[in-house]
Amino acid sequence: MNPEPAAVAPQPVTVTPELLAQHSITAEEYERILAALGRTPSLTELGIYSVMWSEHCSYKSSRVHLKRLPTKSDRVVQGPGENAGIIDVGDGWACAFKIESHNHPSYIEPHQGAATGVGGILRDIFTMNARPLAVMDSLRFGPLSTEEEPDEALVRKNHSIVEGVVSGVASYGNCFGVPNLGGETRFETCYSGNPLTNAFALGLVKRDEIFYAKATGVGNPVIYVGAKTGRDGIHGATMASEEFKEGSEQKRPNVQVGDPFMEKLLLEACIEAMATGAVLGIQDMGAAGLTCSTCEMGARGGVGLEVELDHVPQRETGMNSYEIMLSESQERMLLVADKGREDEVLKVFAKWGLDASIVGTVIAEPKMRILHHGVVVADIPNQSLTDDAPVYHRPVGTWKAPVPAEPSAEILAELSKDRDYTADLKKLLAASNICDKRWVFEQYDSMVQTNTVQGPGAEAGVMRIKGTNRALAMALDGNGRWCYLDPKEGAKLAVAEAARKVACTGATPVAATNCLNFGNPEKPEIMAQLSSAIDGIAEACTALGTPITGGNVSLYNETKGEGIYPTPVLGIVGILDDVTKAVPSGFQREGEAVLLVGGGVAAQTASIAVKDLGSSSYAKQVLGGFWGTVPSGFSLEGEAQLHKVLAQLANENLITSSADISDGGIAVALAEAAFRNGVGVNANIIPVADAPAAVALFGESASLVIITCSKENIEKVEELVNSYSELSSLLLGETGGSRVTIEIANDIASTSGGVVIDASIAELRDPWANALESALHDQTANEVLA
Amino acid sequence: MKFGVLVFPGSNCDHDTYNVISELAKQPVTLLWHDSSDLENCDAILVPGGFAYGDYLRTGAIARFSPVMQSVKKFADAGGPVLGICNGFQILCESGLLPGALMRNAGLKYICKQVYLRSETLDSPFTNQLTRGEVLKVPIGHMEGNYFCDDETLKTLQRNDRIAFRYATPEGEITPQANPNGSLDNIAGILSEGRNVLGMMPHPDRSSEQMLGSADGFKIFQSLVGTLAAAGR
Amino acid sequence: MKAHVYVTLKRTVLDPQGQAIHNALKKMQYAEIEDIRQGKYFVLTLGDSLDAVAAKNEVERIAREVLTNPVIEEFTFHLEDGE
Repeated sequence: MNPEPAAVAPQPVTVTPELLAQHSITAEEYERILAALGRTPSLTELGIYSVMWSEHCSYKSSRVHLKRLPTKSDRVVQGPGENAGIIDVGDGWACAFKIESHNHPSYIEPHQGAATGVGGILRDIFTMNARPLAVMDSLRFGPLSTEEEPDEALVRKNHSIVEGVVSGVASYGNCFGVPNLGGETRFETCYSGNPLTNAFALGLVKRDEIFYAKATGVGNPVIYVGAKTGRDGIHGATMASEEFKEGSEQKRPNVQVGDPFMEKLLLEACIEAMATGAVLGIQDMGAAGLTCSTCEMGARGGVGLEVELDHVPQRETGMNSYEIMLSESQERMLLVADKGREDEVLKVFAKWGLDASIVGTVIAEPKMRILHHGVVVADIPNQSLTDDAPVYHRPVGTWKAPVPAEPSAEILAELSKDRDYTADLKKLLAASNICDKRWVFEQYDSMVQTNTVQGPGAEAGVMRIKGTNRALAMALDGNGRWCYLDPKEGAKLAVAEAARKVACTGATPVAATNCLNFGNPEKPEIMAQLSSAIDGIAEACTALGTPITGGNVSLYNETKGEGIYPTPVLGIVGILDDVTKAVPSGFQREGEAVLLVGGGVAAQTASIAVKDLGSSSYAKQVLGGFWGTVPSGFSLEGEAQLHKVLAQLANENLITSSADISDGGIAVALAEAAFRNGVGVNANIIPVADAPAAVALFGESASLVIITCSKENIEKVEELVNSYSELSSLLLGETGGSRVTIEIANDIASTSGGVVIDASIAELRDPWANALESALHDQTANEVLA
Repeated sequence: MKFGVLVFPGSNCDHDTYNVISELAKQPVTLLWHDSSDLENCDAILVPGGFAYGDYLRTGAIARFSPVMQSVKKFADAGGPVLGICNGFQILCESGLLPGALMRNAGLKYICKQVYLRSETLDSPFTNQLTRGEVLKVPIGHMEGNYFCDDETLKTLQRNDRIAFRYATPEGEITPQANPNGSLDNIAGILSEGRNVLGMMPHPDRSSEQMLGSADGFKIFQSLVGTLAAAGR
Repeated sequence: MKAHVYVTLKRTVLDPQGQAIHNALKKMQYAEIEDIRQGKYFVLTLGDSLDAVAAKNEVERIAREVLTNPVIEEFTFHLEDGE
């Protein structure tokens, strides 16, 4: 390599407003580029700035707000800023985990878009020397029926997106060999033109064997490994930072195609190469490909990287430097090796049949210097691409309640009728956001690696750590509907619910990752949502002891000017010291006590009212309305105490099952718990004063769980629960039989009260179990055609 | 005795299978790399699940040409016990060690779930510790598990008691509803003519510990260990 | 020279993918389609050293022994003089 190529500046490009617009660079941003370089950029340099300063890579709209998130605790080994966050889990082990969006690619080409989303997050994990232990996904789609989405063409499109995204997630993870523990799948009209695919991955690494994406040691070789570079996904990062307009489908060539088999080999080879001790730093090439890895690795190490593109393995002929630098070909890594030991690294990759090529060296100057055919085509200070990227203090509007505070007269009339609550429950169980997601998760290999103690369909995924007594519990949660009604409270509730699901298994929630899916940040009302949601997450994560260790922000989730609901998705990881004490979800056997435990059960159920029902699934699915705000009476202190008591109850082997109360309220939670093992329940619910039974049955108060215990343990459980200032418990009834029966003392709507829900498990299970499959029925052929 | 677990590029249940032998059966076991034809004096060969060579041509199609498989063929021809699980079953069929082929599931989708198998024969090194008609809870995880063979082959399999496992209800009934993938005659696993090669789509490696949902599959490994021990291995 | 190899499931073997596409087409009112079989298509670029007869033998052998599983699949192929 020519030792002194920097003397020649890269050939300047003729900059026109059109060229800048094509690169989504504003006039002010271009001025910054000129200032940073002190000259006119080359076309390759303009491309590099365009991807590094895109919203996707630079977080320019969200950065000032993200600073408010808590990121530290005794367990946090690595916070935001690396490929993934890392926490200490004990016994010499640590775990790396992160959630990331692949929303836009999943709309344009659902199968490949979702597949490469999984591929990207897996590389983020194993690039830190953590072997992936589990993945989960949080998916949002438009409705599957014309009842909820009158436009038939849109419904058909939604079907093919669901088919494509699920098959994409499945094909990649299954072949790679990482269990998928499910996650969540939700449907709302606002996601019709803008589905969300958020992929979470978690891996295990020995505490003292973590690798970082940092270049060190001037003169050390820079090695490119993995798949060859093609013209895939050029400008994927800029695409992810624009709203969808008519014709966005035309951008199809931008979407990369994933090769999970290659990734599996890359995993094995990288882990083997890191074990040689000859690798000093490593980063995957994800969004913005070689550009991002080159400048970020240099920036983190305070050094520079000089790369000759002739040495980059290429799949296509005649690629220019712009294309090579911006390609988003998948399954590639960049690493820095110890000079003199590069052969050890190359040998490992040869064993696995992978390309590995020395493409450059670490230089002292903190720059990324790119040569092509020996000519400098880019020579940029790293800082200007990373830390000095633009930061926008975009105007933050004021948030206004989007729906009326009180229900309409029609709905009130509907509620005060003498209702058939069993029929209402069946309707709810068949709702797309509540029904069985078996159709989705049975397409995922949830058992490979033989660590899955609790897989899809449980409250949270539970994975044992082989060689120890420990297990990790993990869950994802987000509720766009709640965040739409109140971004701050909704975000708090999302943190709380994800953590509660983890706590239900007996694990202690210890850390979080977040994926913030929002609309166009140039609109003040969207910034109001984003800023408030971040405040809510910060407050909840602080109170619940789950700092944010990383994640991602996905903005511009709008189609034709219509934004999605603000959708922060939280991933929470918890630790279970003794895996044999993991608490399952669902009733385990007959003759056990069923208790409601939570933050001020009595206070909550007394204060909950018709206005609180407006954000519930019951309001949406049964009453067809949307009013009020998020469930009231929620306290973070009560929530934190609930998590503590659940861990204690599990540790003392006092409870036999637990279930979080969420969509569809107590009635749905009881029914689902009965479905699990076909064990029925007879429960007695206290009525809510002056409110119809629907409020008590289907209201979605936070901080509530249903637990079961043997009858001998009722007193011990109650005593433990009552030892917490904010908690109380209520004996609901008993498991047994083959029916779900719910009584209520008195219902203002009906004359007597008494039994309000009574049906056989089979009768309730059918609509729940078959809803999704029948909604998608006959669509298989369309998927094959897609 | 010594077990060998084959490793192809793309195998992903190699460590799971290895773990069952080393940690649960507590027997010596080694990983055998696809590129080598040396079986290292193993007494039984396990062909694990996964996506050997990405399964890109057909499942198991490229793996059959690997050096290690040439040795496994000789080993099996000489009567050595070979157990193929999932992708391993597909490889054994492609290699001609077992008859028939595994086609795409009738529902066209990958399926991962617990299923029930009825044990159909005790006459093999892998099933001799089961009871006849015993129902095992063992999970599947595959896209191509739809067993197919021509009529004559099927008759031969039936006549010679070579069907090891069939998909059944939890009560042990063979019904169309219990068949997850469209397999002919609900076939989940078959034996070679010499009865020393077993291929099965369900994963006994994933059902060897109660903590993971079932320990029923471990009986298959126990049978094999018992057989080898009885033979003085 | 290039060889074009087409692999399909045997006539006697059920082709669920082909059937699913056929059903979809029927629903989309393409009434005149009687059957669909789905398959795989390979393009092999051959070296110059092979003459037409040798190429035919070579391709046929590869198609039979590698590209198809004779239990369920069959193939056809043709050779084309390239460039």
